Amino acid sequence: MDNIQIQNTSKVIVAEQLTKTFGHFTAVDNISFEVEKGEIFGFLGANGAGKTTAMRMLCGLSIPTSGKGFVAGFDIYKQPELVKKNIGYMSQKFSLYDDLKVWENIELFGGIYGMKDKEIRLKTDELMHILNFENERNKLVGSLPLGFKQKLAFSVSIFHNPQVVFLDEPTGGVDPITRRQFWELIYDATSKGITVFVTTHYMDEAEYCDRVSIMVDGRIEALDSPKNLKMHFDAKNMDEVFQQLARKAKRVDS
Amino acid sequence: MKQLMSFIRKEFYHILRDKPTMLILLGIPIIQIILFGYALTTEVKNTQVAVFVPTNDEATQRIVEKINASAYFDVVKYIHSSKEIQPTFNDAKAKLVVVFEDHFAQNLRRTGSAHVQLIADATDPNAATSFTFYASNIIASYQKELMAESKNPYQIIPEVKMLYNPQMIGAYNFVPGVLGMIMLLICAMMTSIAIVREKEMGTMEVLLVSPMKPIYTILSKITPYFVLSCVNFITIMLLSVYALKVPIAGSFLSLVVVSLLYIFVSLALGLLVSTLTSSQQAAMLISGMGLMIPVMLLSGMIFPIENMPIALQWFSKIIPARWYISAVKSIMIQGLGITSVLKEVSVLGFMSLVLVAISLKKFKVRLE
Repeated sequence: MDNIQIQNTSKVIVAEQLTKTFGHFTAVDNISFEVEKGEIFGFLGANGAGKTTAMRMLCGLSIPTSGKGFVAGFDIYKQPELVKKNIGYMSQKFSLYDDLKVWENIELFGGIYGMKDKEIRLKTDELMHILNFENERNKLVGSLPLGFKQKLAFSVSIFHNPQVVFLDEPTGGVDPITRRQFWELIYDATSKGITVFVTTHYMDEAEYCDRVSIMVDGRIEALDSPKNLKMHFDAKNMDEVFQQLARKAKRVDS
Repeated sequence: MKQLMSFIRKEFYHILRDKPTMLILLGIPIIQIILFGYALTTEVKNTQVAVFVPTNDEATQRIVEKINASAYFDVVKYIHSSKEIQPTFNDAKAKLVVVFEDHFAQNLRRTGSAHVQLIADATDPNAATSFTFYASNIIASYQKELMAESKNPYQIIPEVKMLYNPQMIGAYNFVPGVLGMIMLLICAMMTSIAIVREKEMGTMEVLLVSPMKPIYTILSKITPYFVLSCVNFITIMLLSVYALKVPIAGSFLSLVVVSLLYIFVSLALGLLVSTLTSSQQAAMLISGMGLMIPVMLLSGMIFPIENMPIALQWFSKIIPARWYISAVKSIMIQGLGITSVLKEVSVLGFMSLVLVAISLKKFKVRLE
């Protein structure tokens, strides 16, 4: 019994039969899963499979039609404000301001999450050091290369030390080397106890996740560690697993 | 509060770093006032005049000479029948036709009064007002000379007739008009573009996921444009008072109050546009076509509302600028107090309530 108790509190994301319908269209169909603290949870699916909608519900951006969800211990339906305070978010579109300087972007988001000025200053120094960004501090973000921007965007999304960070296709359009570096940042974050929820369509990235769920037509068709999935589907890599599942999809783009 | 402050600061960075746009926004009112004030108005020098003298006598000769001698007029044509008056305008040979009555000098001597008609082409109403005014003055000065020569009271009655634009928009009409347009441009168009840009860039999503309250997002988006509008309001006021010599006849405070109300309505409109569109181009199109053009054409800024077909007159009632311009005219030009523009104020107030209610509701819906 004790064991179960501990398990419950260590679950940072809990989805129970989450469903979202738009008119007659069921974007997310009755999905249930749990994500452990400090885990990297990969959320895969073809375009239109419903992963963005599911993620939006978990972030408090969209209200579920039915089902329950808990993020960072708060009810996404009843306490969206508390959920928002305890999560970070990085969208597939670039999520910083091009016409603000690096430090101004950091200061802005620190301010939005209610951090103290002094704390912001200290953490900014620290971050600039870790990212080796000291020379870029006063540059406009728009003038940085895409890889830099994405690393910065990720660092900003976890700047306020959230319990969970949601990454919506964070590495789109980035070269493999930068992608690799980006994943190192993600591992760093998990070592600090931050849970990472990431959607991606790069199957090599799926291999980096602790566990992966694959959505097809609004439902979760498979959920396990990459290793177990490959074994179960008798596949050489995650791409093959994905192909086998995605072939079943009936809807194309929504 | 800290949240709000960091966000407002960010909005100012956006605007201050976009130097071209900022220069345009601050420059537009200056350019418009100068254009409307100098280039586009009453260039009455050497206005071409045609004269119709049925009975040539000493008095008519003197008046025609005096008109011709003035720097404002050139007498270019003598016409010989009243039928020629209309064609003279049509050929654009003259802007003003001076028509003396039959036996002008005789009437003046015998009855002490005579009539002269000033028929003006009022297509450009500002110019027409000015030159008929000058012409009347010249005639009045002749009358004075006559009075000085003899003891008999003489009276020449000039009768002004404006062709094509009998309503005559006031000469200073454009100051309220420019005010109405600029405020709308900055508040509605720029605000909507600024909000939609966040949507387009994807940063809106990040803001919506953050604990930042939507109302804060809106407030901080609005603040810099509000400040910018106030700067423009002051610029326009200074220019019109010192450069154009259009005095503020009424209370400055009432003017400020009405303007703040109008700014508020415009901001709410901008907000509404931003909730209806998802690209900057669309926002610009809607505010350009949907707001600017009706304001220019239907608010009474350029064309008098009274001359419009009934349907358009009705339509003009839903244009906030119409009410604002009318209120500013009353206060600024006519010098009336705020009590005389209560109707305009309450219409604007009502509009702002409705707009804010709709756009806040829309903004919430989009969150889901």
